[in-house]
Amino acid sequence: MLNPKLYLNKNLFESTVEKKATREGFGEALVELGQTNENVVVLTADLSESTRTEEFAKKFPERFFEVGVAEQNMVAIAAGFGTNGKIAFTSSYAVFSPGKNWETIRTTIAYNQSNVKIAGHHSGLLTGPDGATHQSTEDIALMRVLPNMTIFSPCDAIEAKKVTLEAAKINGPVYLRFTRDKTPILTSEQTPFDRNNIETFWINENPKVTIFATGYLLFQALLATKKLEEQGIEVLVANVSTIKPVDENTIIELAKKSGKVVTVEDHQVTGGMGSMIAEVLAQNLPTPIEFVGLKDTFGESGQPLELIKKYNLDDEAIEKAVRKILAKPTGQKLYRTSGNLY
Amino acid sequence: MVLVLPYFYHTLLYFLCQTLVFFLNLIHAIKVSITLNAEKIKDLELKANQARQLVIEMLLTAGSGHAAGSLGMADIFTAFYFHILRHDPINPAWPDRDRLILSNGHICPIRYAAMAMSGYFPVEELKTLRKLGSRLQGHPHRTSLPGLETTSGPLGEGLSQAIGIALSAKLDKKNYQVYALTSDGEHEEGNTWEAIMFAGKNKLSNLTEVIDRNNIQIDGMTENIMPLEPLKAKYESFNWNVLEIDGNNIREFIDAVNQAKSVSEKPTVIIANTIPGMGVSFMEKDFVWHGKAPNSDEAKKALDELRTLQGRIRND
Repeated sequence: MLNPKLYLNKNLFESTVEKKATREGFGEALVELGQTNENVVVLTADLSESTRTEEFAKKFPERFFEVGVAEQNMVAIAAGFGTNGKIAFTSSYAVFSPGKNWETIRTTIAYNQSNVKIAGHHSGLLTGPDGATHQSTEDIALMRVLPNMTIFSPCDAIEAKKVTLEAAKINGPVYLRFTRDKTPILTSEQTPFDRNNIETFWINENPKVTIFATGYLLFQALLATKKLEEQGIEVLVANVSTIKPVDENTIIELAKKSGKVVTVEDHQVTGGMGSMIAEVLAQNLPTPIEFVGLKDTFGESGQPLELIKKYNLDDEAIEKAVRKILAKPTGQKLYRTSGNLY
Repeated sequence: MVLVLPYFYHTLLYFLCQTLVFFLNLIHAIKVSITLNAEKIKDLELKANQARQLVIEMLLTAGSGHAAGSLGMADIFTAFYFHILRHDPINPAWPDRDRLILSNGHICPIRYAAMAMSGYFPVEELKTLRKLGSRLQGHPHRTSLPGLETTSGPLGEGLSQAIGIALSAKLDKKNYQVYALTSDGEHEEGNTWEAIMFAGKNKLSNLTEVIDRNNIQIDGMTENIMPLEPLKAKYESFNWNVLEIDGNNIREFIDAVNQAKSVSEKPTVIIANTIPGMGVSFMEKDFVWHGKAPNSDEAKKALDELRTLQGRIRND
């Protein structure tokens, strides 16, 4: 059942569930930060409307900096701010930032330990009709691999606002992952957010499988869970909203409860959140894992819901993954499928 | 006691403080210009020569490093650390300090030498360059050594960082100067031009850029690899004020920096024509020395030349 201690959205499973894009939460948080913290500055690379930084720009024009289509310049300028007492937020599509400017982020922000928060927008296939060139499906991997980088991947617009406000409290580099389309509200203002703790959204005494999901696909995981419950298959669902630093203890504890894991993300399987889970478990509690994510392929143009269905990221795909892992034995004997990793 | 004064007197006190600060700055500026006499120039030239010797010794001990640019820029670094910069070597984080950003970080040996000579750390520490555990990293790392302002090495990122710092100064209503040192070669990186466009558009007058125009890069002469001329015209078309000088002439350089400070509606770039490897005859103008350190024979010859100013002073 839904974890009552988390005050989750009771209308979560209704067809009338409220939908809001995570980028809205980001925009709202920036305005609040602008009002409460005079050291916050915001930069964008010609994408103020779609990254929702334009509200901040209107209210605090002297602290808003438009660099034009120049993502490397944007993050390096931010790096200069971040070592001189400012808290700098940069905003662009994730394919461009951290995509195009990855090395600049590495040198001037991560290695330099500058107080910069990088917002990567339009992440995942959810970006839709723009197609693969604009769907960032590698950004978690790019940021995971950098030392000193905190990574937040919020599950809805309310959590998106919380992670943005939280980012400002951290003294150091942070990556924030947002999406374009409207997605269901899963939490409420009362839902606690602790960046060091992975919360369990669907609890179970005796789960057969533990699902770790990140971002808006947590909703698809919950849909799958409801269907599985109706068929007597009990699972546990956890929200991985902080991908780095890693909450090792909770991951091990939750995996131990069932002995089998499914991970869910709108991202390549290689190097994503699922990889992070695998790294923890391989070292501490070797567990069979089934990864739901992009299997080494780019996306394409289409409507978001069409795409997550075609690329096997939706509730049906998650249900299939659960059944597949249930068929695998726990413990030492693991059977490789056909020879391909995917 | 101040709180007890009525509002009018509070404002008057504030106004008097601001006037005092203005006059202190004015006096400093006058001091700077009137004391730049021949004696001071000679002193700076001697220091530059000392710095060059330290660079050769450092590179020999390290066994690797970039000789040409470090030697070529010794005059400019000496001018900065011993005349131009308002700074405090004992307190490198002094909030009102001028900021010197080195974008072409590979010439850090000369920066480290100038910093040591001016008191940031003991000259002895220079021999730890590039060694395990050293504060003197092969390419400058901000958190390793106080006073560096940025981390650099990959080209094309320093000017942008300097812009962020210059914008911070404006937001904080601070008067410190921001100097960004770049190389000519790094103008081949696209992100350099992103920064140039931004600074020109935003009229960043507290920012002065200095280009080490030594005409060399790793694979050869800049004008053969990827020509940069007409560099002055390019900058002017991006709304910068451009000065071209002999970068190995200390007086010319200091005059150019002062000129830059007086321009308020544009950022200024000083194209400093330097001789790479300056001071060591067999290194001068040879691109091979861009990324090379001398071996002990070469270092001995180089130091002899520097100590005798290429034979102009006889040994006793």
